[in-house]
Amino acid sequence: MGKAGKKRVKKKTKTVKKKTTAKKKRPSTRKSKPEAKKPEKVVEEIASRELKIHATAEDMARRQREISVAEFFTKNRHLLGFDNPRKALLTTIKEGVDNSLDACEEGGIPPDVKVVITPSEDEDRFRVTIEDNGPGVLKKQIPKIFAKLLYGSKFHRLKMSRGQQGIGISAAGMYGQLTTGKPIAITSKISRNKPAHYYELEIDTKRNEPRIIVDEQIDWPVRRGTKVEIELEARFQKGRQSVEEYLEQTAIANPHVSLEFVTPDGETKLYERASKELPVETKEIKPHPYGVELGVLIKMLHDTKARTLQSFLHSDFSRISSRVAKMICEQAKVSERSRPSRIARQEANNLFKAINNTKIMNPPTDCLSPIGEELIRAGLKKQIEADFYTSVTRPPSVYRGNPFQIEAGLAYGGSLPGDKLARVLRYANRVPLLYQQSACAITRSVLTTGWRNYALQQSAGALPTGPLIIMVHMASVWVPFTSESKEAVAHYPEIVKEVRLALQECGRHLAVFIRRRRKAAESERKKAYIHKYIPHIAIALREMLELSDRQEKTIVTQLTDVLERSRT
Amino acid sequence: MSKLATRIKETATSVRSRIQRKGKPTLSFPLRSLSNVKYHPKKGFFELKGKKKTRTLTVATVKTFAQTLRMMSQAKTLVEDDEIMTKREAYYVSKNWDEARFDEQPESDTVIDDIEALFQVNREQLGFIPEEKGGEIAGKLIVIDREPDSGKPLRIDCTKFGSGAYSIPISVEHLKFETKAKFILAVETAGMFQRLVKHGYWRTANCILVSMGGVPTRACRRFIRRLADELKLPVYAFVDCDPYGMFNIYRTLKVGSGNAAHINRYFCVPTATFLGVTPQDIVDYKLPTHPLKEIDIKRATDALKNDPFVQHYQPWRDAIKQLLDMGVRAEQQAFAVHNLNYVIEHYLPEKLAASKKFLP
Repeated sequence: MGKAGKKRVKKKTKTVKKKTTAKKKRPSTRKSKPEAKKPEKVVEEIASRELKIHATAEDMARRQREISVAEFFTKNRHLLGFDNPRKALLTTIKEGVDNSLDACEEGGIPPDVKVVITPSEDEDRFRVTIEDNGPGVLKKQIPKIFAKLLYGSKFHRLKMSRGQQGIGISAAGMYGQLTTGKPIAITSKISRNKPAHYYELEIDTKRNEPRIIVDEQIDWPVRRGTKVEIELEARFQKGRQSVEEYLEQTAIANPHVSLEFVTPDGETKLYERASKELPVETKEIKPHPYGVELGVLIKMLHDTKARTLQSFLHSDFSRISSRVAKMICEQAKVSERSRPSRIARQEANNLFKAINNTKIMNPPTDCLSPIGEELIRAGLKKQIEADFYTSVTRPPSVYRGNPFQIEAGLAYGGSLPGDKLARVLRYANRVPLLYQQSACAITRSVLTTGWRNYALQQSAGALPTGPLIIMVHMASVWVPFTSESKEAVAHYPEIVKEVRLALQECGRHLAVFIRRRRKAAESERKKAYIHKYIPHIAIALREMLELSDRQEKTIVTQLTDVLERSRT
Repeated sequence: MSKLATRIKETATSVRSRIQRKGKPTLSFPLRSLSNVKYHPKKGFFELKGKKKTRTLTVATVKTFAQTLRMMSQAKTLVEDDEIMTKREAYYVSKNWDEARFDEQPESDTVIDDIEALFQVNREQLGFIPEEKGGEIAGKLIVIDREPDSGKPLRIDCTKFGSGAYSIPISVEHLKFETKAKFILAVETAGMFQRLVKHGYWRTANCILVSMGGVPTRACRRFIRRLADELKLPVYAFVDCDPYGMFNIYRTLKVGSGNAAHINRYFCVPTATFLGVTPQDIVDYKLPTHPLKEIDIKRATDALKNDPFVQHYQPWRDAIKQLLDMGVRAEQQAFAVHNLNYVIEHYLPEKLAASKKFLP
């Protein structure tokens, strides 16, 4: 998977720093400690209540201590998508593949990703291997990237990428570690001439630091790339919300990717690339003033390197010219020459209000890389056998100061089941969203679109019925997910509206197709119809005019000719 | 070959030659509706104005077109063989036509009506006869029919049916008549007819009684027409005082209908006049009434607006306006309010005394 440490970091956002000293402690001990602690505390409290001896502030202070991010997520694994063994398997593969794709794209390499699930001795355990041909990860970065939560390159920048937070892959490693006691294994090579490094890592969950178990150089007969192996408690399943579905949907939205998948049964599935064109490299942008909250503004004022308020506004935000910066200062009644770090809370508040009262241009949109109408169709065609494909890429738009762009695609007819509800494929920055469909803004838009206008059936408040797949992609520098497990897009009105506009446009294309097809069927039906009745005209004429059989046949031929010509 | 069979054959030939010239064959029919008739006061019936509908053979019409031609072929056979077939039988015969068969009898009836209009003849001439009863006769009339087997003349005395009556046959063209009656009274309801027969009204009034049973059938209209023409007898209609009795029953009896405009010349009784019940009778005889129904009002206003017959006669327009103003209707049985035989003893004699004043 992604070797680009940067990328990984951002996505996964494992920002916690690992300390190598953590090595000695066993993760399991750590884990048990926090757990043990709580029960103790409870017992204590109950005991003290019974004795009517209340805890003093000192007593409490003794129990108050820092909670590591890793510990927090150990207890709240569902927030990261590890609720159950089935989902854990999917999430692990998803995090690995997302990282690989981000890294390859950032490195300008058409991604070849291989996912292998091997059964382990224990029935409920699997070993997951994710291997890519990306740029690899620098040796010194490997431990932090793969064994420290919230460490990465993607969180602090505004750039469109699959990963955002720097949690994913290390959380997967931690989940494996917690459920099987096995470390996460990383192999990485950054160029043909350099050796490959093999690491086995654990997370010191108390301190959120990596612990290196194995660190050696090995021979790895590839040019470059990264391989991640995690053993975890999991359940392999087919069908909906399965690994296979995730990979298939990934292949649709990422036609430039070649995926290979080896199932636990040893079956190999290939999702070949349909396009060699890599997505356009996106630019990183500065935050747009409309998307910044007061607290963030205060922090930025404090952290900036700019000397004056005017230059701070101009240089640390997008779309604020010196002139606009001056206007904002004037409106806030703060001198544009004051030092940003000296701005008081009240002044900051005025500044915040002034920003939102000033008309500021929308953020630049070269930070977005849509899939593109053509490639959406290519991706759909590659994986779905249908009669009709269409796609629409909307112009970029903005929610809360964040640029985003909506794309939609439809596949209709063919092998799709005609009597079922349409299937919705949701994507955020090219990553399929498989869970929490009903909580998602995309689903809301699909439901509130009037599909009956487009020659489809739709019951009130339901998805349309018919042989239809609806694909929606949201590209943004910051996708507003409803939770850290990134399963549903939040309901910003701007997003709901853009999705609906994209769907309506696709719907219009589809309606043209459906109506044309109905018309063709109708004309076919008419043809059959005239063939049914023409012979009777000939029979009647033969009877009345005492014609021969041959003359009767001639009439049929001539009449068929006349009527068929007239249909056009 | 009969003249009609020849005409059918001519039509078929024109269809065929049009096909041979790679054209779309057409059949054109006079439009059968009130909008395509005019009232001809001299001739006394509704006459076609000449609007035609042309049925061109297209994808949409191919089924009806095929059915029309097959039915024409059937008619030609009937005419040539001097055979008859009821409309119901025609419907069943079509069941041999595979896809071209009729699913319901009204479909085949329409096609028969179309062919009838196409050749401007009545369907009986084509050999198609209706199932419906033709109406009943009682009174001073001798009908001379033929015995079905031998063809020997058969004299039927309509005074000899006791409390029953003579049924008008479906085809009346071959009948001959003898009578000494003074007039013909056409009655709307079978109930009123029964009362008049039971009390021998035809004997006291010296007349022929006809029960129309609602809108008179073609056979009934033709029968009365022949009586009127050949015996030179006046015809008086005695129906309910409502728009249905006036226009659906009486108007059809006198001048024919829009639907049968192509044959009205034979199937109406231009000399008929309207004895009653008139709106004025309601007043004069203090008849119990019912309020006009919505459909009655619609019929009356439609008649004022669209019916060429009503438009021609001021007295009828006045009568309708009077009825609409009164807002009520009365049935011919309403005279029972005075006395069961009040109609025989008072109403009819009083009205007949002034037959010149009958509505036209």
